[in-house]
Amino acid sequence: MSIPSSDVLLEVRELDVRFATPDGVVHAVDRLSFSLRRGETLGLVGESGSGKSVTNLALMGLIRGAQISGEALFEGRDLLSLPADELREIRGKEIAMIFQDPFACLHPMYRVGDQIVEAIRVHSDVSKKQAEQRVIELLGAVGIPRPKERIRDYPHQFSGGMRQRAMIAMALVNNPDILIADEPTTALDVTVQAQILELIDRVKTEFDIGVILITHDLGVVADVAQTVMVMYAGRGMEVGRKDDVFAQPLHPYTWGLLESIPRVDQKVSGLRPIQGSPPSLIFVPPGCPFHPRCLHRFSPCDKERPEFRDRGGGHAEACHLSADDKKRLWAERQSRFLEAAV
Amino acid sequence: MAAYIVRRVLWAIVVVFVVTMLTFFIFYVLPPGDPARRFAGKAPTEETIAAVREQFGLDKPWYEQYGLFVKNLVTGDEYGWPGLGFSYDTRVPVRDELLNRLPRTLFLVFGAAILWAIMGITIGVISAIRKGGVLDRAAMGFALFGVSAPVFWLGLLVLFLFADTGGGPEQLQVLPGTGYVPFEESPKEWFLHLILPCTILSLLYAAFYARMTRGSLIETMSEDYIRTARAKGLSERDVIVKHGLRASLTPVVTMFAMDVALLIGGAVITETVFNWQGVGSWVLTATFNSNLPVVVAVVLLGAVFVVLFNLLADIAYAWLDPRVRYQ
Repeated sequence: MSIPSSDVLLEVRELDVRFATPDGVVHAVDRLSFSLRRGETLGLVGESGSGKSVTNLALMGLIRGAQISGEALFEGRDLLSLPADELREIRGKEIAMIFQDPFACLHPMYRVGDQIVEAIRVHSDVSKKQAEQRVIELLGAVGIPRPKERIRDYPHQFSGGMRQRAMIAMALVNNPDILIADEPTTALDVTVQAQILELIDRVKTEFDIGVILITHDLGVVADVAQTVMVMYAGRGMEVGRKDDVFAQPLHPYTWGLLESIPRVDQKVSGLRPIQGSPPSLIFVPPGCPFHPRCLHRFSPCDKERPEFRDRGGGHAEACHLSADDKKRLWAERQSRFLEAAV
Repeated sequence: MAAYIVRRVLWAIVVVFVVTMLTFFIFYVLPPGDPARRFAGKAPTEETIAAVREQFGLDKPWYEQYGLFVKNLVTGDEYGWPGLGFSYDTRVPVRDELLNRLPRTLFLVFGAAILWAIMGITIGVISAIRKGGVLDRAAMGFALFGVSAPVFWLGLLVLFLFADTGGGPEQLQVLPGTGYVPFEESPKEWFLHLILPCTILSLLYAAFYARMTRGSLIETMSEDYIRTARAKGLSERDVIVKHGLRASLTPVVTMFAMDVALLIGGAVITETVFNWQGVGSWVLTATFNSNLPVVVAVVLLGAVFVVLFNLLADIAYAWLDPRVRYQ
């Protein structure tokens, strides 16, 4: 399956983000590259503090006091070097964002409808009436009942799921090309989570946009993403089509993540967590940042940084192990995992 | 909302009565001196004192006196409505003197309030936006000065520097000295006389409000909905003014109403330094002289203003924050 390159919406190359803090320099994103196509959902997966959110805030120019380098090409323009007011034109119009906690993200003192109307009128010169009409349409489209009345409500009169729907409506209101969803379901009930994911998937198709879905939950990615990027300590560890990554994961960190998901379809002996915890981004381990927690580390791992290598079909990873070793080790881990359950 | 306001007003009346009753009670349990003895003049005979006491009703138990006070207050006395008796010091009806002094204090306090709200909020917003910068440090330095400089010292200093009665450089002496000129007499003089006392009274509060606004705005600007506002593509100015200030000024408004109300009977030092002849300096003298009718009248006035402004603050709060409105 080859996708024409003209469909590439966003091409991020060697994105690097550092913050100076009193304790030292935090290297939040380290030479990260990825691309997003129209009609595709890219899942950015990783533990807390792996640089997922920072990556996207950096693209949107919403980080202050950071040192950012690299390129992020969107419609021929580099987002990272655009002047602030040009980037502001893109924000909310061509690239929209939704966030984790939909209650905290809506202004508690303004009506939901007015907040969305504002999002329209920042970017286009329409009357309040027209904008309101559009808001009612969209709220209906994202599944809010009686939108004509609900636009007069305040956020606290909405349930968590409805607030996230309203946020999605706000994001879509200017027909963006890209929707960045930063942990959009983490703060919601499980049943509502599924509805919101379904909604994101539906609007992706209906609006023909690209979605960057940030999550720590591989289950969420499995549901809606076409492409997966696994991040660790601000770096990309493995990237590929979702089916490839789930069927034949290539990086020991991905293996660990997959083994730590609760599964109902396989009889396994409880969960297998990854030992240890993610490194501080001030003192990132040398070589591969995952090596202190890796079960398969060998001589070069703590010295040389593994470069990203394409293993075919756009499935790439950064690990020193050879392809044969990976195949063998993953097979072994899986059989041991299943055996232990018997 | 209407039922809420009615309930609050009824409650306010109860509060006002309790406060005045307490004032009466304290005056009789802890008498700082016998009002009758003072009133009776130099070297009075016991008979004179007893006569005065009887005439003022001071020989009755405190609750009877209070009952009479309430009756006069509600129905009026020989000087008019509301009946507040007469001042033991000047023998002038309290009501007349109050009507003479209250406008002075109201102009002083409201003038100062406008000044400190403008100064405090502006300085607070600028320092919050430029947090850690030169402007922020300068503003917070000013705030520290405003909070720590004593009002009587500052008052005397500005009188020395800027008043035509002072001893400072002549080029600076552009303002009149102490005292008050009624608006009806000369609007220009009225205004000029207000400048120094209002400024001095406002400084302390301006400093305090600058710190409060700064803290509140800095906290608000780290909220998630501010990030949403930025993600919408709003200009930074709109993000701060429409989204940041709206949320961070709500607690400031509540504070503002209370501070203004408390000053109606409490701008004592400023009124004294500027020889203002307002309510604050009046009640101060009255307290020293056991001038009960004046003290009770001012306590009553203070209680009414506090309760009224508290109610206004609550209504404003509900209007500003819909989460309160719908509870």
